[in-house]
Amino acid sequence: MTMATAAMIDPMLPQPYSVRQVVKETANTFTLTLEPPNGAGGNWFQPGQFSMLWVFGVGELPISISGDPAERDRLVYTVRSVGQATHALVSREVGDAVGVRGPFGTGWPVEKAEGRDVLVIAGGIGLAPLRPVIYEVLHNREKYGRLVVLYGARGPRDLLYRKELAAWARQRETQVLVTVDYGGLSWRGHVGVVTTLFKYARLQPARSLAFACGPEIMMRFVARDLETHGLARENIYLSMERNMKCGVGFCGHCQYGPHFICKDGPIFPYDRMRPLLDKYEI
Amino acid sequence: METLEHIIAEHPFFAGLESYYTNLLTGCASNVRFEKGTYIFKEGEEANEFYLIRAGKVALEIFAPQRKPIMLATLGEGEILGWSWLLPPYQWKLHAHAVETVRAIALDGKCLRTKCEENHDLGYEILKRFARIMEQRLEATHFQLLDVYRVGR
Repeated sequence: MTMATAAMIDPMLPQPYSVRQVVKETANTFTLTLEPPNGAGGNWFQPGQFSMLWVFGVGELPISISGDPAERDRLVYTVRSVGQATHALVSREVGDAVGVRGPFGTGWPVEKAEGRDVLVIAGGIGLAPLRPVIYEVLHNREKYGRLVVLYGARGPRDLLYRKELAAWARQRETQVLVTVDYGGLSWRGHVGVVTTLFKYARLQPARSLAFACGPEIMMRFVARDLETHGLARENIYLSMERNMKCGVGFCGHCQYGPHFICKDGPIFPYDRMRPLLDKYEI
Repeated sequence: METLEHIIAEHPFFAGLESYYTNLLTGCASNVRFEKGTYIFKEGEEANEFYLIRAGKVALEIFAPQRKPIMLATLGEGEILGWSWLLPPYQWKLHAHAVETVRAIALDGKCLRTKCEENHDLGYEILKRFARIMEQRLEATHFQLLDVYRVGR
């Protein structure tokens, strides 16, 4: 049974996947590759969707899929170990079982980006949910205009996918700019917040679609600056995050104003999010 | 070959400035080059110029006793370096370190201050442009201070 059909049958029933590979990205961030039982293929997902990952005996976590949508024999997740459940998840070893529900939520509107320049803006671990977009664009280069990836992290040691960033930068019609908020003296790259990269990006705002993911406050700064640079609000998409539990809009844990992040999101156009981003305590 | 006046007129920082003014600015401008590893200016030194960076990268650094220098930001092609020339006491507040070989146009601040005093329309245009840069850098500093990627806040 594929993941998609399992979710259609009962979205609350985890499917047992096994850990194929664990890669350490930074001191506390790991990328897990999971494969379905019997190596079955057909794991279809849209860039930007997430799964609920169940560590048996510990708990369940919403984690964005960070792998290549074209690789249907596996699901890949990049997880930062910040608490008991995430620590348990990244401590799985090859062959261990992890329960998987999903994929859930809306994806990045990559179809809308066809024929346009694609601007990817990521902060910290926010690059993980955007990596499938980058794969999608690079696999289907003729469908899209320029790809501009702007990535900010706290420091050089916190950068994810360093080899891939370098490889993407070598692709045609692709610009990859990386910055860190705090650079040590040995760092020879850019220092400054991610919005300071906008002035170096070769952008055509009128024909661009922007996808942003990172801490909510970072996305607020990013969206505001994108508007200043001439992008229309409806062409800016943000990935929102709240405490997702059921993944299908039943439980209400992830309600954000009138929206359920798990079902209506996590990807939303900025024009829908803007009134909520300025409100306290929601 | 690009003339200094052409480069200044085409620079986004001076976009919309009348040619009469760009001509005045050119009288205060010169091409400069800083080798990788050198300091363009240091904190406390007299600030009598600013720079339009044409190529290379500059790190803005601050020193604290018994600590390594802290790199606050980097500036690159197309950016403006330095505004301490504009306001008394005309002293640099940071170090500017060429982390790559830098080519720039230096504008003589003393010369420009005199021209701005003589021609307040020019002074207002210059001040507006620097105010925008200051606002952008202040906002970036706010964002940086939030330390948004810190884990376990």
